[in-house]
Amino acid sequence: MSDFDGEIVAFDNVGLRYGTDGEVLRDISFTLYPGSFYFLTGASGAGKTSLLKLLYLAQRPSRGAIRMFGSDVITLPRARLPAFRRRLGVVFQDFRLVPHLSAFDNVALPLRVSGMPESDVAKPVADMLDWVGLSHRYEARPATLSGGEQQRVAIARAVIGRPDMLVADEPTGNVDPEMALKLLRLFEALNRLGTTVVVATHDVHLLKKVPDSLIMRLDKGRLSDPTGALRYPPRAVRRESSAP
Amino acid sequence: MTRPGALNRAIVRGFSPFGGDRAARLVPQARLVGPMPWVIAIMVALTVVAAAGGLALQNMADTARAELSGGVTVQVIEAFPAARERQAGAVMEALANDAKIATYRRVPEAELDALLEPWLGVGATDATVPVPALIDVRLRGVADRAAIDDLQTRLLEIAPDARVDAQSGWLQPVFAAITSLQWLAIALVVLLALTSAAAVWLAARSALGSNRNTIEIVHLLGGTDGQIARIFQRSIGYDAVLGGVAGLAIGVAGVMVLGRQFAALGSGMMAGGGLTLPDWLMLAGIPVAGVVIAVVTARLTVLASVRRML
Repeated sequence: MSDFDGEIVAFDNVGLRYGTDGEVLRDISFTLYPGSFYFLTGASGAGKTSLLKLLYLAQRPSRGAIRMFGSDVITLPRARLPAFRRRLGVVFQDFRLVPHLSAFDNVALPLRVSGMPESDVAKPVADMLDWVGLSHRYEARPATLSGGEQQRVAIARAVIGRPDMLVADEPTGNVDPEMALKLLRLFEALNRLGTTVVVATHDVHLLKKVPDSLIMRLDKGRLSDPTGALRYPPRAVRRESSAP
Repeated sequence: MTRPGALNRAIVRGFSPFGGDRAARLVPQARLVGPMPWVIAIMVALTVVAAAGGLALQNMADTARAELSGGVTVQVIEAFPAARERQAGAVMEALANDAKIATYRRVPEAELDALLEPWLGVGATDATVPVPALIDVRLRGVADRAAIDDLQTRLLEIAPDARVDAQSGWLQPVFAAITSLQWLAIALVVLLALTSAAAVWLAARSALGSNRNTIEIVHLLGGTDGQIARIFQRSIGYDAVLGGVAGLAIGVAGVMVLGRQFAALGSGMMAGGGLTLPDWLMLAGIPVAGVVIAVVTARLTVLASVRRML
């Protein structure tokens, strides 16, 4: 469980533009609470990936304020950002595996970056690869893995460090329905352990698979919150987040 | 569904260094296949030869200066042989009774004839050209201006045609040339060090470009700038060690070959240019300095690049 009270992420009137182009994200305000499960939906080009980039600290907004784990990450010194990133797990849309490392070493990367002793790395990595059904492909390089296998390695890498927040960009896009469901169950398992999960997807069928999830919908760079669940989350979510 | 064990364990999050082989593996290693070790080897070899040349010149100049520091020459410049002999005799007697003189020796006429023979021909001296009487004197102290003036004043009372010169003064142009060559050697060493740093800078930038995806991944997984820099430091450090050892071997071999050739000249001055143990140790330090320059340059290059990321 997270070691902070209140919201895990809070966006306040955030805007994002690339260069001199128009804003791709406009007036984004929402709050994510610990232990919640969010789906981020929207048409292609709506700004889902841009919003996720702000969430996993790959991009600074052009305006507005972002608080994460109780700190203002906009004004935070750059040297302190890695500590925040280590509390996040990210599944990239294009997987972003290190091409010359084996599946095992790719999954082990977050643990090694966080300074875990080498002797403690092997067991959790083996467990994780086993769980995503890749126990027979430890030594395989990404180029020799299928798209679905690469995606599973990417997901294993994102969750291996048991992050406080998991951000996944179309995590089930390249896997069969059975594996998609299995991965979704993994995210739910993480969520039950206290990890906040944000999954960007255009697959409406997925949304129904997690009944307690909250929906964030992006439309042309604007976040719609018709039910008010983002600004005013269900009482159960808030109570859980402020519980000791 | 069985929950993976990893999910049930809290991960110890720390800032311990991400280094060693596991970090180095993040960047594909070209080792001897790549150009970097060979570039460093050539730089180190050239630096070793240039530095050895500078040190040999320094030793040569020091030896010559030590040998000539107390040496003066007294010339009795008198055209008439009888008067010249009388004055030379008086000078020899005065030197014999002077406590400031360590040794003195009249240069024999045969020796003078041999010295002048290349220019004047056999048997041409004295009968046709009056040759001064030369007395080689070594003072107990340094043959500075005051000591020479003092000796000149005393000898003029007994030998009006005597002239005293410091032997080191004759070699002053040689010392000046040696000093210039030493500065040239230092400039070469500095230029080679800068060129090595530039080569490493280019290699690091090239490696950064070809491994940008990996760097971004490590960065987004929470890797610090220092951790990312260490990946490249280690990689280039390996190359620098390999290149440094090879360069030192090539450079030392070159220095030994050159040393033997100069030693074979048999010249007194060249004999003083041999390298001493501290000189060899200094040369052995060049690849170490090369590795330090390479690693520091790689670190600064990588840090400057990754700081542009958020």
